Amino acid sequence: MEWLRFVIAAIFLAGGLTVAAISVFGIFKFKFSLNRMHAAAMTDTLALCLVLLAMVVLCGISFAAWKLFLIIGFPWFASPVSSHLLALLEVTVNDRLEDHCDISEVEER
Amino acid sequence: MSRIRSDYEKTFGYRFRHFVEGDLPEKNEELTIEELYARCPKEEEEHVLTTADLPKDPFLHHDEEGQADFAAIKEQDPAEDARRFAEITGIRWFKKVYQFSAMILCICIITMLIITVTHMPIHGSSDTPTSNEVMDRYLEKGLKETGSPNLVTGMILQYRAFDTFGETNVLFISTCVVMLLLMAPKKEGHKEEKEDKKKIPEEKFEPEGDIILGTVARIAVPMILLFGLYILLNGHLSPGGGFSGGAIMGAGLILHCVAFGFSKTARFFNEHVYEVVKVGSLCLYAMIITYYLFTGANGIASVVPLGTVGNIISSGLILPINILVGLEVACTMYAFYAFFRKGGF
Repeated sequence: MEWLRFVIAAIFLAGGLTVAAISVFGIFKFKFSLNRMHAAAMTDTLALCLVLLAMVVLCGISFAAWKLFLIIGFPWFASPVSSHLLALLEVTVNDRLEDHCDISEVEER
Repeated sequence: MSRIRSDYEKTFGYRFRHFVEGDLPEKNEELTIEELYARCPKEEEEHVLTTADLPKDPFLHHDEEGQADFAAIKEQDPAEDARRFAEITGIRWFKKVYQFSAMILCICIITMLIITVTHMPIHGSSDTPTSNEVMDRYLEKGLKETGSPNLVTGMILQYRAFDTFGETNVLFISTCVVMLLLMAPKKEGHKEEKEDKKKIPEEKFEPEGDIILGTVARIAVPMILLFGLYILLNGHLSPGGGFSGGAIMGAGLILHCVAFGFSKTARFFNEHVYEVVKVGSLCLYAMIITYYLFTGANGIASVVPLGTVGNIISSGLILPINILVGLEVACTMYAFYAFFRKGGF
C-alpha cells in the first residue's frame, strides 16, 4: 500500500513540476504581457495544486492535509483575481493593443 | 567577422532562437543608420562599402529608403565615415570588455563568499560564538520567567523589549517622514485643476467597483482580518506575534480599500482613528517600557502575574505589547498605501 501511495504522489509531483517548467518557459518565450501573464498564472494555480495534492497523498488524512487543502484554496481565490486586475491595467494603458491580439469590442467602463 | 550569413534564416541557430524567443520583432522598419553600419560585413577596414554589398544582408532587401540614406552618407565625407566606423567598433569592444569584466567580478565575489562559508563553524556545534551563557539562560529559564511557550516572542518582548520598542519607533518615524513627503494639500480646487489636464481620468486606472474583485474581497477581507487577529493574539503561544499579525491585518485593510474605495474604508478607518490608534499604541508601549525600566531586569521582576502557561491571557505583559505592536504595524502598512496612492486618507 505504501508503494502505491508513493507512486501516486510521484505522478502528482512530476505533473506539477512539468506545469511549472512549462510556465517558466512560457514567461520567457512570449513577448506580450498578457501572454506572459497567462503563462505565469499556471504556476500559481495548477502547478501549486498538483504539488500540494502530492503532499496530501504523502501525509494521508490528517489535520495537516486539511491545512494543505486550505493552502490550495486560497491561491485559487487570490491569483486569478490579481491576474484579472493586472490584465485590466494592461488593457487600460496599452495604446497598441491591436498589434498583439484581436479585439472585437473595447468595453467602456 | 562574417557572423551574418546570407542564408542565416535557414540555419538551425536562427530557427532555434526564433522558437525560444517567440515572435521576434520585425526589424525592417526600424533600422537606423548605425544599425545599418553594424550589420555591414567588416572583413577589412580598407574595404569600401558600396550599395552593391547590401543585398547580401537578408534584413535589408526591402529597405529602399535606408539604402538611399546609407549611400548619401557614404558620398558625404570619408573622414566622417571612418570616425563613425571607429565609434561603432569601439562600442562593440566596450560591450565585450564589459561582459568579460562582469563575469570576472562575479566569479571573484562568488569564490570569496564560498571560501568564507567553508571557514564558518559547523551549524549546531557547541563552540560557535553565539552559543554562550545568554542562549543557555533563554533556553533554561525562558519559559519560567516569561511564561510564553514561544521563546522567540518571550525574548523579543520580555528580555529585549526595549530593543523592540526602538523598532516600533522606527515604524512610527518612517510613517511620519512619508507623511511629510507625500501628504497632499487639502485645497480641493487646486487638485481639480490638475485632474482636468490629464488625458485619462484617474478613475479609469482604479479597480474600484470591479465585480470580480469585490466578490472575492467580500469573502477574503473578513477572513484575512480574523487570521491576522488570531496570529496577533496567539503570538506568545505559537509562531507569530505583533509584527506578522499586524502585517496581515494591514494587508486586509489595503485589500478592502482597493476593492471598495477610500470612502468605504474611511467609515471605520479614517484619519482620526488612524491618529488615535497609532499614537495611542506607541504611547502605551512607551508606558510599559517605562514600567519595565522601573522594575529593572527588563520586566522579569514585574508584579504582573504570568498566569497559566498555554492560556490566551497569560505571560504577563507580552500579550498587551503584542497587540500594541500589531496595531502599530497595521496602521503603518495601510498609511504607506494610502499616502503613496492618494496622499492622504
